[in-house]
Amino acid sequence: MPKGIQTALIEIWGLAEFSERYFKEVFKPPYEIKELIRQFFQIGNKSLGLVGVTGFIIGFVLALQAIPTLQPFGATSLIPAMISISIVREIGPVITGLICAGKIGSGIGAELGSMKVTEQIDAMEVSACNPFNFLVVTRVTATTLMVPLLIIYADAIALFGGWIALSIVSDMSISLYFSQIFDTLKFADIIPATIKTFFFGFTIGLVGCYKGYTADRGTESVGIAANTSVVISSLMVIIWDMLAVQITNIVY
Amino acid sequence: MDNTEIVIDIEHLKKSFGKNEILKDINLQVERGETVVTLGKSGTGKSVTLKCIVELIRPDSGIIKVLGKNIPELSYEALQYIRKKIGFVFQSAALYDSMSVRENIEFPLDRNSDLDEDGINKRVEEVLKDVGLSDSIDKMPSELSGGMRKRLGVARTIALKPEIMLWDEPTTGLDPATAREISNLIVDMQKKYKVSSIVVTHDMMCAKIVSDRIVVLKDGIYTNSGTFDKLQKSDDEFVRSFFE
Repeated sequence: MPKGIQTALIEIWGLAEFSERYFKEVFKPPYEIKELIRQFFQIGNKSLGLVGVTGFIIGFVLALQAIPTLQPFGATSLIPAMISISIVREIGPVITGLICAGKIGSGIGAELGSMKVTEQIDAMEVSACNPFNFLVVTRVTATTLMVPLLIIYADAIALFGGWIALSIVSDMSISLYFSQIFDTLKFADIIPATIKTFFFGFTIGLVGCYKGYTADRGTESVGIAANTSVVISSLMVIIWDMLAVQITNIVY
Repeated sequence: MDNTEIVIDIEHLKKSFGKNEILKDINLQVERGETVVTLGKSGTGKSVTLKCIVELIRPDSGIIKVLGKNIPELSYEALQYIRKKIGFVFQSAALYDSMSVRENIEFPLDRNSDLDEDGINKRVEEVLKDVGLSDSIDKMPSELSGGMRKRLGVARTIALKPEIMLWDEPTTGLDPATAREISNLIVDMQKKYKVSSIVVTHDMMCAKIVSDRIVVLKDGIYTNSGTFDKLQKSDDEFVRSFFE
């Protein structure tokens, strides 16, 4: 078997074992509530700026690109519907997921990798504290719950950005714009798009923690942990998205 | 020797990394209250032996009895129970760099002691006083000097009042004056907490100050054992090389 495939299979097996351990430990006391809240803040609050700006630009640019295409046909009034479907179903979750993979995944990978290299994880282990519970369970739980919230927030800002772009070329009011959006969006758009974001968040946290927690000794491994966290979690966000679309098409 | 007095009993310990056989046949007994210093060249497995005792590294074979329990056979829960009785001071101090000095010590106490908040605060202040770091309680590890970091590592370890202390090169990277301070601190901790210790070091001044007995590791086995004065006069050239 080629070495690349072997390495990939070993990584997949390692990730599967790591996620199994997460599900075993997540319901077991002691519950690290203080650290969990700190991670909510670190992962959620500290990503608001980046996610907000990106979301605004996505919505703004999407509307700007749509206007010259639809305006000649007198279909400007369809732009809110087009933007809302595109953003809520696909562009918002995927782009925000990829941004979170870059920002949060690399941060977790580098932090835990650095703790591994400087023997901080070993120090927790030998003092009979469970480092997996303190470091991994809290971070994976936080990303699983925070990434969906960040994506909802990014979607809202993107829709607002779309109206700003639209208001430059038309006199559509914000209330009309949003009422058209709410008329267009169905639960079949919102629910699958929201469910998949929990998988995005879980994957980003899990991969970041796995790469950091299993980093080799040496400073080089910190960079490798951060880098591979981003690469693998970005790839997995895309794969989850593809699966989610297939399953949604079957169900609805 | 009374068997009940032995707190660490290692028999036929073996450990390889790939084809590199590091520990070939380690046999070591440590009595209650005794401080054993391990000497040996770099890379001969002194730290590996310490890490096998706390199961940070799993040995290939052999018996490691700590307080009567064979470490490789223990369940995770039983191992955690034994680990509470063992203090491990890392060469790098391994301080939690996102936590303050106070939080570094609170971390194991919060999780492994029955103390309430007041009790934890008192214990933190007591151990910081023991190691002379009372004034640094709210500092971050990055604000501490090398010697202070080692002291904090010691304070964090003794906070749980362990019965056994494992010291991995406690004076490495320190100037002679600070190294002497840390060596004296080891003796002070020994007197105050009546712990049994294994100290891995290359620092002969440290070995002289802290040791009741010295064992010499060569080619994966302990070849010589004795007091500092006895080994200093050894006929074995390899042993004498450490004292020159």
